[in-house]
Amino acid sequence: MFRLFSILVVAIFSNPLSWTITKAYAAKNKIILTGSSTVAPLVSEIAKRFEIQHPGIRVDVQSGGSSRGIADAKQGLSDIGMISRELKNEEKELFAFTIAKDGICIIVHKNNPVSTLTDPQIIDIYTGKISNWKQVGGKDAPITVVSKAEGRSTLELFLNHFKLKTTEIKSQVIIGDNPQGIKTVAGNPNSIGYVSIGSAEYDFENGVPIKLLPVSGIIANRKNVKNGSFPLSRPLNLVTKIKPTGLIKEFINFSSSKDVNDIIKEQYFVPVAE
Amino acid sequence: MILLKNNTLFLWPSDRILVWVLRFCAVIAAMIVFLILLFLLNESIPVLKHVGMSRFFFDSTWSPTEGLYNLLPMLWGTLFAMVGSVLIATPLGIISALFCHFYAPKPIAHIYRQIIQLLAGIPSVVYGFWGLVVLIPLIGQIQPPGPSLLAGILILTIMILPTLALSADASLANVPSSYLKGSAALGLSRWATIRGVVLPAAKSGLFTGVILEIGRAIGETMAILMVCGNVVQTPKNIFEPMRTLTANIALEMAYALGDHRSALFVSGLILMLVITGLVICAEILSRKIIYD
Repeated sequence: MFRLFSILVVAIFSNPLSWTITKAYAAKNKIILTGSSTVAPLVSEIAKRFEIQHPGIRVDVQSGGSSRGIADAKQGLSDIGMISRELKNEEKELFAFTIAKDGICIIVHKNNPVSTLTDPQIIDIYTGKISNWKQVGGKDAPITVVSKAEGRSTLELFLNHFKLKTTEIKSQVIIGDNPQGIKTVAGNPNSIGYVSIGSAEYDFENGVPIKLLPVSGIIANRKNVKNGSFPLSRPLNLVTKIKPTGLIKEFINFSSSKDVNDIIKEQYFVPVAE
Repeated sequence: MILLKNNTLFLWPSDRILVWVLRFCAVIAAMIVFLILLFLLNESIPVLKHVGMSRFFFDSTWSPTEGLYNLLPMLWGTLFAMVGSVLIATPLGIISALFCHFYAPKPIAHIYRQIIQLLAGIPSVVYGFWGLVVLIPLIGQIQPPGPSLLAGILILTIMILPTLALSADASLANVPSSYLKGSAALGLSRWATIRGVVLPAAKSGLFTGVILEIGRAIGETMAILMVCGNVVQTPKNIFEPMRTLTANIALEMAYALGDHRSALFVSGLILMLVITGLVICAEILSRKIIYD
């Protein structure tokens, strides 16, 4: 479905005659967004609400990775690109607008006596060099390492921060989404995992027996993700080639307003708007 | 009008229309399989072209973002979980059907059958959740980490047991009552009747039940995904975590792009080939066992 559609889009845009027509049409009542698969589900939900508030407007959201988001925005194939990182230096000519932040935290079972782990310790646990809690000051029990499936943005963020490769990770359990990860850790007193901060904090507050460990000495909570002090976090950005005007400006303003905070929280991201 | 017609039997060609409608329906049913196969092939071709089939079996591991595509551990995982659960569930299912039919008093048999039907209707994610919160901690106490091939086999057994029990029950009910009367007239005991008359007569039905059960065991995704640990490795014993082909697709499809996505379709294709192979084997076996 998605592939067919992207072929269609490419076909339309590669035809110079129809290009101008589509472009003019697009500028009027259709917004096209492409990019990061982390941001796309969030923006899809925001777009649905935007469409309800603006009858007759269509917002088209396609995923394809942050690099596609940048490339499409640069070439004018999309109106807005979506990226799950900061702009790199060579991309500074683009305009970026942060709509939310994403942070991940290390979680262990509530009854685990270990309350802090240093970055090298976490790396050693995840590469299998440390395999017993005793080695990091806990009780004598083997560590169950919980990691994420390939392609997940949380895995990517985790690997980037700790400078690891997927093949180096030696885990005992691989999970898909955040709730599954939290249930796995809550059900196994000797496990360690990493999940989205939003979802971990929510479950922790609701009595799920997990503990959020600080990273590099900084407490894992939404506040620290928001103010940027928490190291395992990144911004979710919308980028445009030119300074946004008209409908596009309206959409970006809407996406970074507090009107969508509930959607952002639902997807376990951290809102930035007050 | 009727008087003018030569043949009053074929006033309205309803039979011919029915035949064509039935043919059309049959073609659609058959086409679906081919369309799925075509779709899988079409989606897998990009990666098969520039990676090649052999790398799906001889790469060092499965790590598609780093360009490693070995599916073999997951293929083993799928087969181990299937064989294990079928070996446990088949005798249990047949015995439960025999109990229900020949030993249980009528009211108990009725209630028992209802319970089995209920068991068959529970969504797999519920079994998975139960496995996650009850079974895995139990196994974890015996031999950490807990999520393992054993957990997968046990959950699958519980899931496929009702399928087999129900189909075995139906095939036992299909044994002609004249057979039973005949064996009663010969003065055979209940067990001798079951062993010598009922089981041979119901053999083909039981065999179909086993095939259905195997199909369900291979195709099951959600529960397996929750209890098996999903680590890509060939399990060396039943306490090690492993990943099945179906779980692989479900875990990674949502965020896969390009070659990674294509490689997941290859896992689907291999799964399809495994099932086709099994159906062919079953067909050959059943000809040998049942009709010889």
